[in-house]
Amino acid sequence: MSLLKSREALLGGAILLLLALIASRFPGFVAPDNLARVFTDTSPLLILALGQTVVILTRCIDLSVAANLALTGMVCAMLNAALPGVPVVVILLLAVTLGAVMGMVNGLLVWKLSIPSIVVTLGTMTIYRGIIFLISDGAWVNAHEMSAAFTGFPRAQIAGLPVLAWFGILAAAAMVLMINRTPLGRAFYAVGGNPHAAVYTGISVGRTQFWAFTLSGALAGLCGYLWVARYAVAYVDIAGGFELEVVAACVIGGISIAGGAGTILGTILGALFLGIVKNALPVIDISPFWQMAISGTAIIVAVTLNSRNARAKGRIILRKAQEQTEGATA
Amino acid sequence: MKLTRRLFGGAAMAAALMTGSVAQAQDPVRIALVVKALGIGFFEAAAKGAEEAAAELGNVEVIYTGPTDTTAEGQIEVINALIAQQVDAIAVSANDTDALVPALKKAMQRGISVISWDSGVAPEGRQLHLNPSSNPLIGNMIIKLAADELPEGGKVAVLSATTTSTNQNIWIEEMNKVLGNYEGIEVVGTVYGDDLADKSYREATGLMQTYPDLDAIIAPTSVGIVAAARAVEDAGKVGEVNVTGLGLPSEMAGAIESGASKSFAIWNPIDLGYSATMLAYQLATDAAEAEPGAEIPMGRMGTLTLDENTEGAMADPFVYDESNIDEFKGIF
Repeated sequence: MSLLKSREALLGGAILLLLALIASRFPGFVAPDNLARVFTDTSPLLILALGQTVVILTRCIDLSVAANLALTGMVCAMLNAALPGVPVVVILLLAVTLGAVMGMVNGLLVWKLSIPSIVVTLGTMTIYRGIIFLISDGAWVNAHEMSAAFTGFPRAQIAGLPVLAWFGILAAAAMVLMINRTPLGRAFYAVGGNPHAAVYTGISVGRTQFWAFTLSGALAGLCGYLWVARYAVAYVDIAGGFELEVVAACVIGGISIAGGAGTILGTILGALFLGIVKNALPVIDISPFWQMAISGTAIIVAVTLNSRNARAKGRIILRKAQEQTEGATA
Repeated sequence: MKLTRRLFGGAAMAAALMTGSVAQAQDPVRIALVVKALGIGFFEAAAKGAEEAAAELGNVEVIYTGPTDTTAEGQIEVINALIAQQVDAIAVSANDTDALVPALKKAMQRGISVISWDSGVAPEGRQLHLNPSSNPLIGNMIIKLAADELPEGGKVAVLSATTTSTNQNIWIEEMNKVLGNYEGIEVVGTVYGDDLADKSYREATGLMQTYPDLDAIIAPTSVGIVAAARAVEDAGKVGEVNVTGLGLPSEMAGAIESGASKSFAIWNPIDLGYSATMLAYQLATDAAEAEPGAEIPMGRMGTLTLDENTEGAMADPFVYDESNIDEFKGIF
């Protein structure tokens, strides 16, 4: 446990160092206003990463989140364009439901057919994108076709922060509670940490993975509406490639791809780290040709630090086991 | 010329065709406007332009046609039907550069004048190609749009697509060539939004932070210009930072309405359909010859000068602002 804590402390320290570095080149970046703006901008990534964390904890991966987001966003936008009178609450509920259903499709395929999740979600990713094309005919839904309430909701201010940022905070808080205080939350760790042991304790591995995908899908659906309303445009390719950023945020946050290890706090820090890098690169005057390389390096450095932390633990176990076997043969 | 081409079609038909040609003076010139697919706003607008040209010329009948989906096969069928109908000219916006060549060659052998417009056909499949604009004209237009709003000069930045987008890079290069003509305009930087709404939005926000006295953002890409306008609105800088560049009226209507963008440019489909019809008429009536260096009149749009590939550029991109956005936002 102290090891996990130190991992998050390390990442927290890295974020502070990063902020200090950025501030030395562009002091305005660390102004409270701007930090709030950066957090708001990072919220969709954070919400998706929270869902992805649960999926990764159960030894799966959900590559369809960005496509799910895009499809839900397009449905919300088209609904708003066709019936501007539909209240935002209804659209929000629809978005979460639709996203959850798409997550359930992933979950059912993984659970009932035992197909590896990377294959399932790779497939559904393409299918969801294809459906957007089918329903929209490749056409955009544009700002002037959306109602003011629809686009205004994520940017409405409550206590100094936009609603979009509040969604990020609420999702994170709910997820921390759910993971630490509910049987399902503990089951995610059990299933990922040791599936066989989980079965013996009466936890259904497939069912737990199904709920992980459903949760991930519901959060992706929520982001679908928020995203489309924020950028006030919906088209086939929105959030293209975003699923990789989401996975990167989890990995930076110390969520083990092998499942069963990592904390929600880690994911939050991982998402913030990526969000800060993405928002800082445009203002610190670095050639765009270097930007991708820098983002990539940040990911690799963070993951290396994480795996170095984890390796110490593994070595000790191996050495002990090795000594034991050597002792037995000798 | 027309007569000899018609004779080419087949000896059996020759007598009938000769009498047909004699009667031609009174018969209307039938020009087929073949589009990528029916039901697309852009092409419906082009058809409107073609009708305008027909009314101006008087003795012209425009046949607006195309497949129901954007396939080359569909267009080939349409072209074969037009050959059977013995139209006088075909003006096509092609779904495929090469696939239409055999069908169009057949049409030319039967004495039908063939031009391509908007989306071109390989040179052997048409007599000339009408480009909506040219790279130098676009490069000049995007900086002009920004400069026109800044009589005192000012700082502008460019928000492009990806670092490797050929079109955008050429337009920015052409823009930099003519930068000297716009006194006091300083291009402070070029950033890349990768044609992603979220990255373009962030880059635009970054530009406004890095250059607090920025006056304009030029985005020669349709995703970028919309995202930049949104970023300006969210930053509360409407009126301070003008977003301009290349975009579609339907996508930019919101930005024009909010004032984040004062004007932007893109080809005008009405002018394009008008010019294509004018050119087709000139060729069909043998009033002009499509050869490198030729200058062919196209009514109110001036003349088209053909280059060594018998291609020509119609005009500057058309400027859209609050005066005409409502008319065009429903079209494309």
